[in-house]
Amino acid sequence: MSAARGGRRVLDGIDLSLADGEVTALLGPSGSGKSSLLRLLNRLADPDEGTVRFHGEDVRGLDPLDLRRRAVLVPQLPAPLPGTVAENLSFGPRLAGRDVPEVVRCLARSGLGDEYAERDASRLSVGEGQRVMLARALALEPEALLLDEPTSALDDDAREGIERTLGEIGLPMVLVTHDRAQAARLAGRIVEIEKGRLA
Amino acid sequence: MSVQLSLGELALSLVLVAVAVAVSLWRRADLEKDLGLAVLRSFLQLTAVGYVIQAIFDSDSLLLVVALLAVMVGVGTWTAQRRARSVPHATFPILIALSLAAASTLGVVLALGVFEATPRYLVPVGGIVIGNAMTAAAVALNRLADEVHAQAPRLEATLALGATSRQAAAPLVTQSLRSGMITLIDQTKTTGIVAFPGIMTGMLLAGADPVDAVRLQLVILWTLLGSVSLSALLALSLGYRGFFTDAHQLRELPEV
Repeated sequence: MSAARGGRRVLDGIDLSLADGEVTALLGPSGSGKSSLLRLLNRLADPDEGTVRFHGEDVRGLDPLDLRRRAVLVPQLPAPLPGTVAENLSFGPRLAGRDVPEVVRCLARSGLGDEYAERDASRLSVGEGQRVMLARALALEPEALLLDEPTSALDDDAREGIERTLGEIGLPMVLVTHDRAQAARLAGRIVEIEKGRLA
Repeated sequence: MSVQLSLGELALSLVLVAVAVAVSLWRRADLEKDLGLAVLRSFLQLTAVGYVIQAIFDSDSLLLVVALLAVMVGVGTWTAQRRARSVPHATFPILIALSLAAASTLGVVLALGVFEATPRYLVPVGGIVIGNAMTAAAVALNRLADEVHAQAPRLEATLALGATSRQAAAPLVTQSLRSGMITLIDQTKTTGIVAFPGIMTGMLLAGADPVDAVRLQLVILWTLLGSVSLSALLALSLGYRGFFTDAHQLRELPEV
């Protein structure tokens, strides 16, 4: 696959297959194109050349909304919607026409106590916010998680906590990181990207 | 009731332009050329419009009125889309917004019999409605572009949860609608206290009864509230799509 952004080629001739059930780290310095690659996986963007397949199917043939609920992206920084944490968790399932998610269970899987449910989602620390982003993704009962530098804005303690939680979730993941040690701690497979190419 | 000004009297009011030129020269503001151009253009444009309106009044043809209003909508659309340059594909939403806002508000005041369906009312009222609708659409769309730029990460995070572009953009559209409408609402609130509105001023200068002048001004202000809100709403409801693809992806934003 190849992709351009802002008239600049950010991905060039990427050919990659990710195994189901595995945690894969996309490792590279900032600006290497790893986040751009991640955004192709749930069709927040499309490649200019080439095809992204999910379970063998061209993602352009899938409903993009449904795809994004199956492979849920956790953003680099907390991006809470207005309202409580519980409302944030219910947002995705409600749009999908599903029942209200098990908020407490999603919070627990993300390492948050049930007292967070009624907190104002915009008044949390970055570390707490990132866990809410994780819980919000889990509330969609995804088949896989796409993580975009989930700990880049955190101090070491908070980072260790999130890493532990990620290790316990037990879902296939694609983890974008610039931190080689983190990739080694979390991922079964490390894919290195440099200047838009597989290194 | 009418006021007659000879060209000579008109020329005398240029004395105050001379004051402005003097100020500009004294403070080296370098505005003399622009002032001259402004005087010349305002004279030529308004004189030309005066003759066009005179011709339309004389013809008493509604077809000509509609044609003139269509030209205003066209020029208004072009002006607004230039101002809202950071909004992709804005022309069509603005065109629809201006046309429908003008047609519906004029239709309502005519249907209710507030004004007679004659060129004397339709041309000036239509002009004011289209002008205000144009500004409201441009302000609202520009605000939407600012919001989309500022909140791009949150928009994408919302899309990533399976929201459609319409659902993701809804809070931004609401914010921008407020921006498009608030100026006129504030003006309407303070009208008569902070500034005399133009139509009333014109009628008073022309010798009209103050009560009549006030009532006509109120009709115009209230008509404008309706047309401006419709215009902003339509421009936004159609215009937000320009920021997204059919696959509910946020487009790359053009550099501003």
